[in-house]
Amino acid sequence: MKTIDLTENTVTDLNQALHAQAVELTEADWTVINPKGAHNLAVGLDEALNIDIKGPTGYYAAGMNKKANITIHGNAGQGVAENMMSGIVRVTGNASQCSGATAHGGLLVIEGDAGARCGISMKGVDIVVKGSVGHMSCFMGQAGSLVVCGDAGDTLGDSLYEVHIYVKGTVKSLGADCIEKEMREEHIQELQGLLEKAGVDEDPKSFKRYGSARQLYNFQVDKASAY
Amino acid sequence: MCGIVGLYLKNDKYESQLGALFSPMLIAMTDRGPDSAGFAIYGDEVGDDWLKITLRHADINYDWNALSEGIKHSLDAEVIWFKNDRVAVFKVQADEKAIIAYLEQNASDADILSTGKSIEILKEVGLAQNISDSFNLPAMKGTHIIGHTRMATESAVTMAGSHPFSTGEDLCLVHNGSLSNHNGLREVLEDAGIKFKTENDSEVAAGYFAHQLQTGKTLAEALDSALEDLDGFFTFAIGTKNGFAVMRDPIACKPAVIAETDDYVAMASEYQALTTLPGIENAKVWEPEAATLYVWERNS
Repeated sequence: MKTIDLTENTVTDLNQALHAQAVELTEADWTVINPKGAHNLAVGLDEALNIDIKGPTGYYAAGMNKKANITIHGNAGQGVAENMMSGIVRVTGNASQCSGATAHGGLLVIEGDAGARCGISMKGVDIVVKGSVGHMSCFMGQAGSLVVCGDAGDTLGDSLYEVHIYVKGTVKSLGADCIEKEMREEHIQELQGLLEKAGVDEDPKSFKRYGSARQLYNFQVDKASAY
Repeated sequence: MCGIVGLYLKNDKYESQLGALFSPMLIAMTDRGPDSAGFAIYGDEVGDDWLKITLRHADINYDWNALSEGIKHSLDAEVIWFKNDRVAVFKVQADEKAIIAYLEQNASDADILSTGKSIEILKEVGLAQNISDSFNLPAMKGTHIIGHTRMATESAVTMAGSHPFSTGEDLCLVHNGSLSNHNGLREVLEDAGIKFKTENDSEVAAGYFAHQLQTGKTLAEALDSALEDLDGFFTFAIGTKNGFAVMRDPIACKPAVIAETDDYVAMASEYQALTTLPGIENAKVWEPEAATLYVWERNS
């Protein structure tokens, strides 16, 4: 295992060392110490590395991740795992806004709360939040799943496409074209699988499902007021 | 983009180290605002019939002693003053209106940065590090402090456009964001008698709060009205004589993070500004919600 201390190395040093592993894999296990809220940590990875970041991160940590398994031991700033393609990103604390924004694949687990716009425009990622999510979460979500074990803020799932949203607690309000839907056996199965993958001990039957009413897929002038 | 930071002490444990704890917080936000920086520090409170005024003159050799003597003789008032770089803090045992009138007549080229019982506002154009050094921020004591590093977007890089803006006695505000309706709002407030020195949007926000409070609203009521009347992006940190408040606009575009321990509440635009605080590893750290008022106040 290799350790990189960010009091002695720059963020560029860290990212270049991690990117080099995609050319030739020589070390799979990495620990990053003293992150102190720095931005852009472990971004753009393209190899199945295991990375432990020991402390809080700034903006865009683990952004554009492919294949890597990244754990942030602390809180994460804006845009954690944004545009992730695959792999696993886990935040043991709270995350700021835009967690998992536009992410195409992989699994993002937030063990605390996520701020506003969690999963905005998500395109296939699975996001599991043990706490609550802020307002405008899953806005224009296209594909993937968002699981919230706590509560959801205002206008959840506004202008939603095909993301499956599961919330255990209360939803402050639903966004345009987002509705509560029947929880069928296939959804309980799907949610059970997501909770197991994320290592979260919850009963899938205690969740409600939300999804798109599919009324706003294409712009229709007579529905302009709904946007 | 700008950086805002605040540190509010819940007890007296760190009062003698307030400036030393705050200086690295302000400097950490230099990337977000390299044009000007400033802070409002609360402490060293004066008695009931006294007023504390922070004045600034562009000339570093300005004769503050002559001004002090003038106030003493004209107003028959006791005056205690000290100089810090281009700024002087005057404590005067006299009525505020009489002091302001005297200053307007006899020291119109000196800017009044703040008035109150406890507040001192210090700000300059330049990097946070230079401003911390020139005012010797690390040596300062007090109960709470808010600061700002500015990246000018809506108006020029000038001393007058620097934050914090005083919004009344012992009240000040720092702002990260931009207001869209500040020109219209400035006209409305000017009609109501509020004076503005710049084209700056944050000064309009400060004037707005000053006006709201003059009409008898509490700080919480004024902030509530601001959510309706201010159009744009904002994260505000606000200082009062005994309190500290944080509020974000309903969209919550501009960043903010709060850390709280048994001893303090700290707020910053980015977590990086909080990493040097004692016990931050075990602090409760969270993001304040949109359109929600967070207030801490000491009773003493």
